Amino acid sequence: MSQTHRKDGGLIDQDKTITFTFNGQILRGCEGDTLASALLANNKHLVGRSFKYHRPRGIVTVGSEEPNAIMEIGSGAHKEPNTRATVTQLYNGLEANSQNHRGPLSFDLMAITDFFAPLLGAGFYYKTFMWPKAFWEKIYEPAIRNSAGLGTLSKEPDPDTYDKGFRYCDILIIGAGASGLSAALTAASSGAKVILADEDFLMGGRLNSGTAKVDNIPGSEWAKNAVAKLSAMDNVTLMSDTTIFGVYDHGIYGALENRSSESREDSNKPRQVNWRIYAKKSILCAGAIERSIAFGNNDRPGIMLAGAVRAYINRFAVATGEKVSVYTNNDDGWQTAKDLRTKGVRVVAVIDSRSISPVMPIQGAEIFMGTDVVDTKGRRALKSITLSNGKTIDTDSLAVSGGWNPNLHLTCHHRGIPKWNEEIASFIPDEATPPGMSVAGRAKGTMMLSDAIKEGHELGSTVASDLGYKASDLKAASTPAVPYNVVANWGVPSGKNRAWVDFQNDVTAKDVRLANQEGFKSVEHVKRYTTLGMATDQGKTANVLGIGIMAENMGQTMEETGTTIFRPPYSPVAIGAFAGRRRGMEFYPTRYTPSHKWSEEQGAVFVEVGMWYRSQWFPQPGETHWRQSVDREVIKTRSSVGICDVTTLGKIDIKGSDVSEFLNKVYVNAFAKLPVGKTRYGLMLREDSMAMDDGTTARLAEDHFVMTTTTANAVNVYRHLQFCHQILWPDLDVHMISVTEQYAQYAVAGPNSRRLLQKIVDPEHDISNEAFPFMGAGAITVCGGIPARLFRISFSGELAYEIAVPTRYGDALMRAMMEAGKEFDVVPYGTEALGVMRIEKGHAAGPELNGQTSAYDLGMGGMVSGKKDFIGYKLGQREELLRNDRMQMVGFKPVNKGDLVDKGHSMAGAHLLGLREEATTHNDQGWISSSIYSPMLGCYIGLGFIKDGLNRKGEFVRAVDLVRNSDIEVEICSPHFYDPEGGRLRV
Amino acid sequence: MIINHPLLGPRDSEEFVYLGSTDLINRPTNWEEEASAEDFYQYQYIRENIAGDHQELWYHEQGDQSWLVVTRNTLTHEISKVELAQDVSRAMGRGK
Repeated sequence: MSQTHRKDGGLIDQDKTITFTFNGQILRGCEGDTLASALLANNKHLVGRSFKYHRPRGIVTVGSEEPNAIMEIGSGAHKEPNTRATVTQLYNGLEANSQNHRGPLSFDLMAITDFFAPLLGAGFYYKTFMWPKAFWEKIYEPAIRNSAGLGTLSKEPDPDTYDKGFRYCDILIIGAGASGLSAALTAASSGAKVILADEDFLMGGRLNSGTAKVDNIPGSEWAKNAVAKLSAMDNVTLMSDTTIFGVYDHGIYGALENRSSESREDSNKPRQVNWRIYAKKSILCAGAIERSIAFGNNDRPGIMLAGAVRAYINRFAVATGEKVSVYTNNDDGWQTAKDLRTKGVRVVAVIDSRSISPVMPIQGAEIFMGTDVVDTKGRRALKSITLSNGKTIDTDSLAVSGGWNPNLHLTCHHRGIPKWNEEIASFIPDEATPPGMSVAGRAKGTMMLSDAIKEGHELGSTVASDLGYKASDLKAASTPAVPYNVVANWGVPSGKNRAWVDFQNDVTAKDVRLANQEGFKSVEHVKRYTTLGMATDQGKTANVLGIGIMAENMGQTMEETGTTIFRPPYSPVAIGAFAGRRRGMEFYPTRYTPSHKWSEEQGAVFVEVGMWYRSQWFPQPGETHWRQSVDREVIKTRSSVGICDVTTLGKIDIKGSDVSEFLNKVYVNAFAKLPVGKTRYGLMLREDSMAMDDGTTARLAEDHFVMTTTTANAVNVYRHLQFCHQILWPDLDVHMISVTEQYAQYAVAGPNSRRLLQKIVDPEHDISNEAFPFMGAGAITVCGGIPARLFRISFSGELAYEIAVPTRYGDALMRAMMEAGKEFDVVPYGTEALGVMRIEKGHAAGPELNGQTSAYDLGMGGMVSGKKDFIGYKLGQREELLRNDRMQMVGFKPVNKGDLVDKGHSMAGAHLLGLREEATTHNDQGWISSSIYSPMLGCYIGLGFIKDGLNRKGEFVRAVDLVRNSDIEVEICSPHFYDPEGGRLRV
Repeated sequence: MIINHPLLGPRDSEEFVYLGSTDLINRPTNWEEEASAEDFYQYQYIRENIAGDHQELWYHEQGDQSWLVVTRNTLTHEISKVELAQDVSRAMGRGK
């Protein structure tokens, strides 16, 4: 249980012990550890099983580029799979579990797949499992999905809170290593507003992983001092544990800040904050990522990248083994050997593939120059390596360095194309970086620390002065110049031993060669065919190695082969972080009507209509089924009086001397001569002549109109009117404003509606039939002086009015009307009863105005004025739209009145076919758009569209519903089922 | 994206609704002529798919409700010009 591989020192606090579990075993680490460093301190190298072959795998890196050490952290709803142990800060009670194995990690039953490796090469899905066809869905695919994979989800809703934030700065500096800190110091001291972000919880970059001295003190201390200095400056915001994951347009960056230590203390605090940062300029100082070499069996637990081994011993005081060997093609790998020796760790061998003299002496190690590693042994933990000269070396930890790749991911987010640089044997950023971004340090290909510091220092100054700040006179930090020499080495082809390139997706060098052989010659094709670079690590340690193998295999240059495109996010971002607080009821705003509170008191059932909550029906005691409530509301409204809240329908107040001319241009029918005090139904088309919306517009004065729209189109119609006003006819004197929310509006309908209203309308306003005829409109007062507007319009077909008051009186008016209506047995009615009544009357609504129907199709051809230009007129004259056998709106009722009553559903959605025709699309004549049970007719009825409908009244057809399995005979009839003469409206 | 509103300064594009090309400004005025059927057809349906500077209409729905003409490069997304659509329309002779 002790940390057998922990040494003294490091940047962790060895006095603060932390207890955690891995696969149920209790282990200990220190504050400042990551999960990975703590596991290594306990000599736990085996941490998972590979994606396809289920091979034992160990920790490879020390950063977010980690391909193997991905685990499930946490339990229950908090469980998060595929979490990289290398960037997970250790905390007390951390529960980690390895992924992708059946049975224990040490004895994965699925490891049998490794024996079938010859059959499971690149693209094997395309070449096998093809017969019999039926087996794919039921047998092969489930088996493959079961066997391959990463972690598992808890399947419970994410219980954590996420926040979104906005930050603004002059300069965003990405990466707080040597060059980033240097840039921040000069930029900030010039007075510029600076944000410095680093994905690590400890700023300092690789200064924390190494022993380089800066300004004569340990680099990690210099970094600590720089951070302290910056944190004291008002114009600097430090964001550690924050990944800049995306470079978007116009200087907008996406940043994900990890706040999980806070959210563990307090579940109301966000686990992560998704920041949108608006930066005038940015400086990318993201450093470099090391790559591996493809040699036989290079994927065993214990084989790691050399820079990582060095970071573990220096920053975390963890020895990755007791007899460590180093395999490198560059000078930097030697530094790992040297640092291990300094800490008293035994280095048994240094193998350098270059034919040069040894770079430095390494005490106790055998040195092999011009030599390669070709094979390894030790299935669950490295035991030995075999060299190209035939020698075998006993070793329990192999540190591999294939060279360093500038971390240029973010420079590619605007389709930057990296360029091959022969001197550092890697790709450097395209000169065309995203607008506003400059690059400094190793991310640019400036590999020497001394140069990287200078570059960051100068760039911070230059960018700040570009923005108008006075350049600072700070001096750059100094550090000895340490050269970086490298000779590219993609690995020696190792015969029958597989050499891994992409660890996470289990892609080997052989797969890359196979792809080329099968004709996939573009790097984009090779990526997708082999899946190299497509795992959660986006191939950060694998891509350049893969390109190298491909270039070598095809006899091309690296430049010719090129890279694939890096896209955001740089590292995985939880979906919750994109949602932020927009979850559940906060997904979007909830809009309540003025009568909502009153309706709740009545026990109304509500329905969501867009963001609105509308009363759907008002159940009375004893009613157990919604049909009872809805039928009752219809019958009582039609026999006495009912009230419905229609506030949600769009209301637009329009004033000006040219409004009637303007209305003429947006409606199909004429409005220029609408008298003051009258309202008129209007149909609005799109420019392509399809019906867009309908409503009524009232003229309250010569230059004052109020338009209504449907609920769903309130916003669109207003936007459309503004388009017409500002762009099409900019000099018409027209001013408009949306007043949907400013007025509460109620429909009061039924034979007793006038009597009810006369009890609340102030006596000086005569609303008798003579004084206020059908389609009248005007301003009145109610309840002793409250301003109101009255419109005598009817959606229900009964004698009806709509009354509007300023919203703040809405609740009171509803209560006053319900009180006044008691003597008439008034009922509140909801959207269902509203729908029943309009369908009984044959009024078109949303389901009929579906974007495919013209004015003529809706039976409103008579309204279309041929005497004026209006939106949709000309394109409505197209031949096809003037045919008289188009699908036209008519009514439908069952031939057998009782049909569908026992089934309990309407004809909505049914398609119309001839009596003896097969139910196929070929025979489809139309569809039923709206259908309800009519309490007034005692049967189901519907509105719909059928070919040549206007000429086929009286004919019988079938309404076929294949979803709900009904097929009934219906008669084509007039859509005006109830009071077709309209007599009830005019009393 | 950031749209530099001529009156309100730089605003996040989230405040706006995009409509389409400024071709939509040139609604034919010759509706009484037979030939205008073709003009309306072109107006409604035919667009050039520009790789480069594109003039387009944005509506500031979450702001001042002004329509804007934005010149945006479809390859780089750089916005080089933002004008009030009303001004552009009048300049094109659509006013009285």
